[in-house]
Amino acid sequence: MAELEQIEAEARTRISEAESLGALETLRVEYLGKQGSVSALLKTLGKMSPEERQEKAPKIQGLRQAVAGALADRKQAMEAAELEARLAAETLDLSLPEPAEPKGSVHPVSQVMDELAEIFADLGFAVATGPEIEDDWYNFTALNMPESHPARAMHDTFYFPDQAPKGGRMLLRTHTSPVQVRTMMAEGAPVRIIAPGRVYRSDSDATHTPMFHQIEGLVIDRDIHLGHLKWTLETFLKAFFERDDIVLRLRPSYFPFTEPSVEVDVGYSVEKGRRVVGGSGDAPGHAWMEVLGSGMVNRRVIEMSGLDPDEWQGFAFGTGVDRLAMLKYGMDDLRAFFDGDVRWMAHYGFSAFDQPTLSAGVGASA
Amino acid sequence: MKFSLNWLKTYLDTEASADDIAAKLNAIGIEVEGLEDPAETLAGFRVAHVLTAEKHKDADKLQVLSVDTGEGEALQVVCGAPNARAGMKGVLGLPGAVVPTNGMKLRKSAIRGVESNGMMCSARELDLGDDHAGIIELPDDAPIGTSFAEYRASSPVFDVAITPNRPDCMGVYGIARDLAAAGLGTLKPLEINKTEGTFPCPVEIRIDEPEGCPAFFGRVIRGVKNGVSPQWMQDALRDAGQRPISALVDITNYLMLGLGRPAHVYDLAKLEGPVVARHAKDGEQVLALNEKSYTLEPGMTVIADDQGVHDIAGIMGGEESGVSEETTDVLLEIAYFNPEAIGVTGRKLGLASDARTRFERGVDPAFLDDGLDLLTQLILEICGGEASDIVRAGAPPLGARTVSFNPALTGNLGGVDVPEAEQRAILAKLGFMASEDWQVGVPTWRPDIEGPADLVEEVVRIYGLDKVQSAALSRVEGVARPTATQQQKVERRIRRAAAARGLNEAVTWSFIPVPEAEHFAIDSQALWLLDNPISEDMKAMRPSLLPGLLSAAKRNMDRGAQGIRLFEVGRRYLRGADGMSDERPTLAVLLAGERAPRDWAAGKSVPFDAFDAKAEALALLNQAGAPADRLQVMGEAGHQFHPGQSATLRLGPKNVLARFGTLHPRTLEAFDIEGPVMAVEIFLDAIPGKKGGQNFARPAYAPPTLQTVMRDFAFLVDTDVPAGDLLRSVKGADKANIVDARIFDDFRGAGVPEGKKSLAVEVTLQPGEKSYTEEDLKVISDKVVKAAAKQGAELRG
Repeated sequence: MAELEQIEAEARTRISEAESLGALETLRVEYLGKQGSVSALLKTLGKMSPEERQEKAPKIQGLRQAVAGALADRKQAMEAAELEARLAAETLDLSLPEPAEPKGSVHPVSQVMDELAEIFADLGFAVATGPEIEDDWYNFTALNMPESHPARAMHDTFYFPDQAPKGGRMLLRTHTSPVQVRTMMAEGAPVRIIAPGRVYRSDSDATHTPMFHQIEGLVIDRDIHLGHLKWTLETFLKAFFERDDIVLRLRPSYFPFTEPSVEVDVGYSVEKGRRVVGGSGDAPGHAWMEVLGSGMVNRRVIEMSGLDPDEWQGFAFGTGVDRLAMLKYGMDDLRAFFDGDVRWMAHYGFSAFDQPTLSAGVGASA
Repeated sequence: MKFSLNWLKTYLDTEASADDIAAKLNAIGIEVEGLEDPAETLAGFRVAHVLTAEKHKDADKLQVLSVDTGEGEALQVVCGAPNARAGMKGVLGLPGAVVPTNGMKLRKSAIRGVESNGMMCSARELDLGDDHAGIIELPDDAPIGTSFAEYRASSPVFDVAITPNRPDCMGVYGIARDLAAAGLGTLKPLEINKTEGTFPCPVEIRIDEPEGCPAFFGRVIRGVKNGVSPQWMQDALRDAGQRPISALVDITNYLMLGLGRPAHVYDLAKLEGPVVARHAKDGEQVLALNEKSYTLEPGMTVIADDQGVHDIAGIMGGEESGVSEETTDVLLEIAYFNPEAIGVTGRKLGLASDARTRFERGVDPAFLDDGLDLLTQLILEICGGEASDIVRAGAPPLGARTVSFNPALTGNLGGVDVPEAEQRAILAKLGFMASEDWQVGVPTWRPDIEGPADLVEEVVRIYGLDKVQSAALSRVEGVARPTATQQQKVERRIRRAAAARGLNEAVTWSFIPVPEAEHFAIDSQALWLLDNPISEDMKAMRPSLLPGLLSAAKRNMDRGAQGIRLFEVGRRYLRGADGMSDERPTLAVLLAGERAPRDWAAGKSVPFDAFDAKAEALALLNQAGAPADRLQVMGEAGHQFHPGQSATLRLGPKNVLARFGTLHPRTLEAFDIEGPVMAVEIFLDAIPGKKGGQNFARPAYAPPTLQTVMRDFAFLVDTDVPAGDLLRSVKGADKANIVDARIFDDFRGAGVPEGKKSLAVEVTLQPGEKSYTEEDLKVISDKVVKAAAKQGAELRG
């Protein structure tokens, strides 16, 4: 049976030398096709005696399998090589840039207002709003600043030539405090609101812009006192700056719409040229910085807002949103807030997904 | 307001340090804005004795002095002052000392080759006056070697901010009273000696206008000498930031700053006839002491004589009757002016003065006689002379004011429990007299006290605001309730949606230049224009958010930005029917320049087009809860937009929810910006509110069992038929089966007749229970074709 071995050896050689799938197919037909040489050998089995068949059948079958196996192996190898070649041809330079995707941003003022809304919602405060083009009565008179009040002059008010329907001039609100009056008039008491928004003063330098943002807080109930005001401001500032070491200093002051009036300082230190809120202002390396104006709502304001000041009392406070944003996030020029510079926005703006939540902490890390 | 510790100590007996006093002032509501200690600023400056003075060998104008500083060898000092001479005493700045006026640190140096160990100083160099002609000359008895600050007995200077409710603290005496009440010393009683007149007042004083000037007291002093005021007074005034002028002027300033009591001194020789408080006549002129001329109006109160106005009452005296070195006889005026009238006049004239500040806030109406006595006393002491009888016209409003107080209010409102006896004591030290049953008499110098809350403030600020303990606000049980309104939720949501879509949020000015506002004005509505804008560029309240964004885009382009995506959420300021404003919440988007930069894959850069604007408009409207599938694309976006590349999105024919598109070339020209620029404005107030806020469950999920079937149609329509109209007709052809329809081709040209376009529509059909038969599909197709025909469309063969 050396003949069979020779056939197998020759077939293996030829198969391994086949260059293409076509050549391989030709070899398959030559060996295993109907007219193929191995097929012909198989056909000889029928004419053999049982003994001879017994002896030769396994060998011929073995040859057929060996050739078929060699063909299959070779085919698989060729296909693999072909795929590899194709893939090699499809290589991309993935160091090239991907399609550009614009990156949007949320303005720090909006971000901080959302943070404040979140913090105060937990304390039960709703967000109230009011018009920015106000009349004299809501902006001044109802807040215990009658026509001749000297404090009016301190407000650097922008006026319109238009007369208000109820008398007095139309003006741009100089503070968010008119919202106090509007809310009490519209909703009565008890009240717990914050009122963030744009306010206007005729003032312009590095730290003042003629338009800026304030947030007002108002609590009216039956038994509210200065201690509640202090707690609320401490709680708010601790939550806002996410620090437990916030220390407040209350100083007596004067606002026509509160009595007693209290100015609130917060302790800070300077780290790497920036103010960092925290610690007592009397501690070494620390100082006090004024952050809020506040007080117990003047009974005249409560009265003018249509409530009985013998029944209702409470506190109000106000602070600058832009300043809070600057203190927390490190901006140093207020004017840039209103310039719309896309470079500034890319630097100081927030991702859409920085939605403040209490569970994650309201602040967005740098 | 500035004052020195020395001045304070003339009224307050205290051992407290300047730092302790400053801390206490802050604690009781007198904010300390600055505390300057001359012992620090004048460190290194000493009283020195010039032993010898010789000519500098190489400089004509310089001398070489040998100076005794009281210790060690005499120092050699080069000096250029003409008055430097042997034997004199002066002030030497040693090496290391810092010159207060210019911050220069003195060093040992060589001047024209001669060693100099310091500097002999002029008054100006030490911030003690204007004199720079020569060096300071000290009296012979000045002790050599003493620190100059100590020699001058100069004291720390406080700079405090007085709140407008506290005119009593606009004099050092009032501050002393507050400090004494707060336990920082004892208030010294004022020494007031009555000076009896030796002759009748030769001038008639009269009030013709009691409304503006209820009281006018005066007297004449004759035979005065108006020289320089004494050094102690000059020092006090200088520390307070006032330049000494002449004895008479300094004395009135001293009274004003020390006791909060403005007064006026006229040169009697320049007056003629009675001196009268009256209304100004229309157009009457006065040259004030600030050397400016003011035109007065009726309603303003003035002090005048037969010749004319000599004083804008309570605000500023007149130049003509002011005192000078030659003055020998004077008329003193102490008056009480109506605070409100002073404020009105001051504002009208735009004239601020120390006197106005005090009168406007309310001076002590009971301090006229005492004030006049003090003034007389000081003048007689310093300037000599002889005083007339006092004449008094009118009377100040002295109505006693009493507040019914309940001491429990201190705890209820102030949040701190203070024993009644202590409250009584605090009030008494501030000058309030509380009766047994707590009827509290208000001192005449406290016009700010109106009711019990004011007394709470007095007690708490003196007792200590720091003693108020935090008290938690009550809170609802469980988790905090949601508080945001629907409008607030919409604004928060679309703001973040816009940012997530790659837009940058800007906050731009509410006021813009008038021409820009006019370009975007709402028809038939007058703009809100400021009377007193900070500049012409900030005069008109914006009727649209687009001008602000256009200006921002222009600034960005000028800085080299290629593709700009901006948005803003804010208000447009319109006019309401009631005369008030109508402020509409709005979101605006601006897309300028390149949507995509040139790119290795895509080639050239791609500019924004109107469809980018449409995509933003619809995506954001969708996030705002507008029913996007019911919106109609219609025209009339406004003249600011390209007429052929802009549209409005409406819910029904009238309700415009948004406008979008390419901006008109004329708009770009007006804003000097290069195009194309796309804009979107979404009118948030026009979006109908969502109903059923608490309804969280979605409708049941029922996916169809059978697969959808797609059918394509090509229609020929007139070119001016909007594709959206055709699409709506097709969608509505068979609502039971058609779930979607989409335009996937808009072709004009070869094979399509002139004036027509071919629109290809892919229709998605959803079979219900059974699969479609050929027959079913034919019926649906026929319906589609029929519906399309309503838009004049024919099926393309």
